[in-house]
Amino acid sequence: MGGVNGHVVTQRRRMTMTGAEATAEAMRQIHPDVVAAYPITPQTDIVMRFARYVSDGVVQTEFVPVESEHSALSAVVGASAAGARAMTATSGPGFALMHEILYVASGYRLPIVMPVANRALSGPINIHGDHSDTMGSRDAGWIQIFSENAQEAYDNLIQAVRIAEDPSVRLPVQVTQDGFIITHGMEIVEVLTDAEVQQFVGTYEPERYLLDVERPMTVGALALQNSYFEVKRQLAEAMVNARRVIADVGEAFGRLSGRYYGLTEPYRMNDAELAVVVLGSTAGTAKVVVDELRNRGVKAGLVKIRVFRPFPAQNLRDLLRGTRAVGVLDRSDSVSGGLGGPVFAETKAALYGLPDPPVMTGYVYGLGGRDTTPEMIESVYEDLAELARRARDNYAEVVADAALAGHYLGVREPGQNGSPHRHGAAKLGER
Amino acid sequence: MPTLKELARRPNPLTGGHSACAGCGFPQAVRLVLMSIDEPVVVAGATGCMEVTTTTYPNTAWTVPFIHNAFENAAATISGVEAAYQALRRKGKIDREIRFVAFGGDGGTYDIGLQSLSGAVERGHRFLYVCYDNQAYMNTGIQRSSATPFGASTTTSPAGDVVPGKQQRRKDLTAIMAAHGIPYVAQSTIAHWQDLTRKVKRATEVDGPSFINVLAPCRLGWGTDPSQTIRLAELAAETCAWPLFEVDHGQWKVTYVPKNKLAIEEYLKPQERFRHVFEDETGQLLAAIQKDVDEQWQALLARAGLGKDGKA
Repeated sequence: MGGVNGHVVTQRRRMTMTGAEATAEAMRQIHPDVVAAYPITPQTDIVMRFARYVSDGVVQTEFVPVESEHSALSAVVGASAAGARAMTATSGPGFALMHEILYVASGYRLPIVMPVANRALSGPINIHGDHSDTMGSRDAGWIQIFSENAQEAYDNLIQAVRIAEDPSVRLPVQVTQDGFIITHGMEIVEVLTDAEVQQFVGTYEPERYLLDVERPMTVGALALQNSYFEVKRQLAEAMVNARRVIADVGEAFGRLSGRYYGLTEPYRMNDAELAVVVLGSTAGTAKVVVDELRNRGVKAGLVKIRVFRPFPAQNLRDLLRGTRAVGVLDRSDSVSGGLGGPVFAETKAALYGLPDPPVMTGYVYGLGGRDTTPEMIESVYEDLAELARRARDNYAEVVADAALAGHYLGVREPGQNGSPHRHGAAKLGER
Repeated sequence: MPTLKELARRPNPLTGGHSACAGCGFPQAVRLVLMSIDEPVVVAGATGCMEVTTTTYPNTAWTVPFIHNAFENAAATISGVEAAYQALRRKGKIDREIRFVAFGGDGGTYDIGLQSLSGAVERGHRFLYVCYDNQAYMNTGIQRSSATPFGASTTTSPAGDVVPGKQQRRKDLTAIMAAHGIPYVAQSTIAHWQDLTRKVKRATEVDGPSFINVLAPCRLGWGTDPSQTIRLAELAAETCAWPLFEVDHGQWKVTYVPKNKLAIEEYLKPQERFRHVFEDETGQLLAAIQKDVDEQWQALLARAGLGKDGKA
């Protein structure tokens, strides 16, 4: 159960909880006006805990147990436009069902906050964690914050409210956590006091809202060729503004909690020659690998992308400048015919034009919740060392080859039996 | 009950200057419904002619708060608005009575929007959903919907040499809504202003969800003269092709029994979408339509506890 002593936290506590529990606890402390949600694994743990808070009178939130995720987000759009602080939560196929309304929410500039328990998309059906759901909406105009563990799922959700509602942003925010790995994994989480959270998020005072019947407004007018483009341009501008606001809110949250957040989190990158770029829970695994490699004298480093939208292009340029080889890990595939996943494609784009850029190569890993072991990550650094070595002699050719490599890490290739092989970095077209 | 004069003096929720066709039925539906409600209203609308012709940015014809979200989710959207109202009221941020109304055409209600409508009324939000039923997807170019009546020609059920128009009965959405067991469900038309305004009043009085299905002819899709829209809605009731009734807390009541039930051809003949019915020299199609209308009318009378003559 979230909270202590009758669901009121008046003292900071370190508690053992899952990511889903930590998220429900953050929602309780944020105390939104309206939560509309539909159950879907592995998100269910979040909303059923929140529903319990509603039934026990712990929160005065209006809980709308809708008949589908499409209606969940539709109701939240209505509630947010009506002037309420509104939230929903989703996962995988449910997220996909919301897809149409994701664009409505961002196009109307509604500060909706939505925890996402990342899950694979059918078919075949799979309930476990990968980033196919969130990544499918990366161009929908939502801010996307990835969490490495339960603590970050909790911290990020609280920050998301302030980011979403900032007048220069006013965009919906997804706060993701890897399905099962984080949602159902037990960890120690430091919980702030209710008063601290409420003070941090403040109260929501929209400028205009539907329930202000004295000042009627039309929300969601038909925008034709003479106005639609401008609306989308302003949305893009808000996403640019979000960069600064996310950094400021991360700083303010650091002053409150001691846990500082930026768009990216560099790990042992100061003199790193071989770097891995990753987001979500695998960043934790990769940090262990980096430490081990450092103990062996390898100049390994890691860049965790915390915020995928807005994409931290400048941070990546700054952090990866001076490295010799970079491996980008994607927990979803763009199925692009060999270009790799979205993080790889965008990281490459961010580094375009950098003088003397590192050799970059991409890995799709962990689809459908496939375990990603430290050995697999280590094999990536081995690849990177080899690439850097080869690039010394034949830079142009190695860079060009690696840029188009679509590796699959930890996948069983045809003809193989048993568990995924250690160096499962199979390349497309090489069967 | 307001008189017609009183109604006409009320603030207009939908100004002139919108771009609906001359002779379009929905503006009449919107005005009659909203002007019958004494409290302030917040309105949600589904994608369709109504939304397209009244909210072309930078203009809006709505003088009341209005939200359009998407095609299939007007009911889900208004349930979110209503939930926000409950929450903000509880927190003391709002202290006045507000009523909530959602409008959708038949496509956005009978078909793609049925799930969100069913879910919203099952949850018990206090709102009125009004379907302005013109019996096809008119906004996209007159395609058949599940509200399209048997025999009607549309662009996706065209009357051809082999298939004479739509081959299925229209879905009885009003009965489906009644089956949800919600406090109030009714069916009316834009021509029966007294009947409709009384039903709206009742619908917004009840504590819970309510639904009214309003026949709103589409002069373009039906192929009729713009001056005949109201007359066609009258004829729909006189022929019992569109009976007027209500289901108040489970009690079925027919609110209009024509003194002389007219033959269906009186209603069909002015409509281009039924022209092929009268080109069929065997008369079989017309007979089939008449039979269908009669069967449904008799079933309604039986449900309301009336005899075959419409009397108790």
